[in-house]
Amino acid sequence: MDGTIAAPELMNSGAEAVLRALKAQGVDVIFGYPGGAVLPLYDALFQQNEIKHILVRHEQAAVHAAEGYARSTGKVGVVLVTSGPGATNAVTGLVDALMDSIPLVCLSGQVPTHLIGNDAFQEADTTGITRPATKHNYLVKKSEDLVRVMHEAFLVARTGRPGPVLVDLPKDILIAPAPYREPGNAPHRSYNPRTEPDPRRIEEAVAMLKRAERPVIYAGGGVINAGPEAARLLIEFTRLTGFPITNTLMGLGAYPASDPLFVGMLGMHGTYEANLAMHGCDVMLNIGARFDDRVTGRLNAFSPNSKKIHADIDPASINKSVMVDVPIVGDALAVLKALIAAWKKDSTQPNRAALAQWWGQIDVWRAKDSLRFTQPRDPGSIIKPQYAIEQLYKATRGRETFITTEVGQHQMWAAQYFRFEKPNRWMTSGGLGTMGYGLPAAMGAQVAHPDALVIDIAGEASILMNIQEMGTLAQYRLPVKIFILNNQYMGMVRQWQELLHGSRYSSSYSEALPDFVKLAESFQAVGLRAEKVDDLDRVIAEMLAVDKPVIADICVDQKENVFPMIPSGAAHNEMLLGPEHKDTSGPAVSNEGMALV
Amino acid sequence: MSDTTLRSATISVLVENESGVLARVIGLFSGRGYNIDNLTVAPVERDGSKSRITVVTRGTAMVIEQIKAQLDRLVPVYKVLDLSEGPHLARELALIKVLGTGEKRAEALRLADAFRARVIDATTESFTFELTGATDKLDAFLELMRPLGLAEVSRTGVAAIARGVKTIN
Repeated sequence: MDGTIAAPELMNSGAEAVLRALKAQGVDVIFGYPGGAVLPLYDALFQQNEIKHILVRHEQAAVHAAEGYARSTGKVGVVLVTSGPGATNAVTGLVDALMDSIPLVCLSGQVPTHLIGNDAFQEADTTGITRPATKHNYLVKKSEDLVRVMHEAFLVARTGRPGPVLVDLPKDILIAPAPYREPGNAPHRSYNPRTEPDPRRIEEAVAMLKRAERPVIYAGGGVINAGPEAARLLIEFTRLTGFPITNTLMGLGAYPASDPLFVGMLGMHGTYEANLAMHGCDVMLNIGARFDDRVTGRLNAFSPNSKKIHADIDPASINKSVMVDVPIVGDALAVLKALIAAWKKDSTQPNRAALAQWWGQIDVWRAKDSLRFTQPRDPGSIIKPQYAIEQLYKATRGRETFITTEVGQHQMWAAQYFRFEKPNRWMTSGGLGTMGYGLPAAMGAQVAHPDALVIDIAGEASILMNIQEMGTLAQYRLPVKIFILNNQYMGMVRQWQELLHGSRYSSSYSEALPDFVKLAESFQAVGLRAEKVDDLDRVIAEMLAVDKPVIADICVDQKENVFPMIPSGAAHNEMLLGPEHKDTSGPAVSNEGMALV
Repeated sequence: MSDTTLRSATISVLVENESGVLARVIGLFSGRGYNIDNLTVAPVERDGSKSRITVVTRGTAMVIEQIKAQLDRLVPVYKVLDLSEGPHLARELALIKVLGTGEKRAEALRLADAFRARVIDATTESFTFELTGATDKLDAFLELMRPLGLAEVSRTGVAAIARGVKTIN
């Protein structure tokens, strides 16, 4: 235990103790929504100025906003919701953060302890409901536990594999006086995640990499979570080796997209060269990624001839779906430091001739230009969604830009055509695939970076899932730009129905859409629309020039699909390419494949 | 492809004795589709601060490794020990009620004696036996009792510990 524990100081109320603990944890902003059970906390918030409260319009949005804040700053995001429906509304956001390893602390109100279990008004078994939705959760039943739990919640949220932690706070605990102690640095009783890699594993990995003839580095969100220094070391290590590198959807920005060693994103909608490099490699180094099913495709055909090295902070992510040859448990930053040192120390010369040959092969795949598309330029031509993203990217280059997305086709096009040079600039719902994520996440990023350009690349269906947050943008004058690729379809659903269900477009048409321009105006934002290719650049320029929230409704080609595509149940070398390429047929989807999502 | 042979594993988990910890462990099994053959739990520290959960589960080697890793990352878990990786002792207790009269009743008593089951309650039409042993011993005894009037069983599930000087701490 910490030797310098001072006597606790008695705070007038649990609510004051909670706020003091938040301040001690460096919290400067909370995203929340009030209600009966959390009134004491809102009263304490009212009487101070250090912590800013952002009032959202729905609790799910509070959690996504805290995620956007956390992902764009590397800090823990904080959420405050009331009991019952406040907490249940937050559940989607919590699972989203759990799947994408985002550090959050969610404070939920609860009915007073003597009423727990009585079916009281706005009572829900919040810890029961959120147990599988969080990394850990707490119900505080005694005032003397309150502050310890608060500090512990932050420790658990940000260390190891980060994740959401919920603290359920009964109203009587918020009202009664509570002792306060500063956070100590004593180790946790039972929770001590390993961060330093085993040096023997690092040596084995380097020996394997030095002898590789067809290596590939596959880096994911773990590098981003390990902080900007980890991304810097990833560049250093990759350049030291000269190996090709691919990023997962979660890892975009961990390695600069403009670097020649970068072969693009991999996986279901990854580039031809990234997926074939994964399929054909002889040594794979995975840093901070988890062999997600969107990345591996059919497991028994995944990178069949490679030795695999997997570095992850979560031991449960290793050998979960793909058996690896060298498991390394550790934080990406510590792993990269160790790899660089070991690479320099090991006197074996890498096989430069084989590597040059491998690059020759990759360049052949690259020359296929799998992201190629054709935008007709005649005035009045319909806008291709890919072109819209490309033009948006060109118009924002050189500016400090944060991109969030909703979920679907627009998300994949954003991942493919917007190019990220730095970590923490790209926020998307990767694991859970939550439509409605992008607008609140953009809000959170804008709160954290008031002067930066924050754009939610959206679809017309997803944006409606949290459209009420336009009110939050207006209230706090958050100049978030919402760039809707409007194809009047739930595009990804439509694409799967076209490819797998005989073009029977069951419930995927976006019927009865609002007029997004008028909708923007009704929330004191600017509404813009581009209907033809000749409108696009002007609309983008106008959107970027306004210091207000904007909805840009970009009417795009309804029939466009996302390519390349690895169909469900197929392998990396069975990719479908777009209509630009001759070989569009690809493999038929098997019955097993049909059952996959 | 990886090995698809199923094996049984007896896993001891030392946990902080806090509210909801058992739900966390059980929820992990049901949520991830792992199998629980049986489970026991009770406090083991003098001050009641720690509990020991013993789970008997089945799965491929890869799944068993996953189960251990997933258990280990739960915040209130101190230690996860796969006892089936080494020599260990596993015992279960059963209370067994057998109803009957005449020769069948006498035969039940003779068999109980052979299995070293204790009679802990008796009426003219019933015996209640207490039997402790490894799971397969209990299973064997129950099979023998079935035609002799087996009416009700209450089993504790397995408590297990490593042989020799090895401890979970």
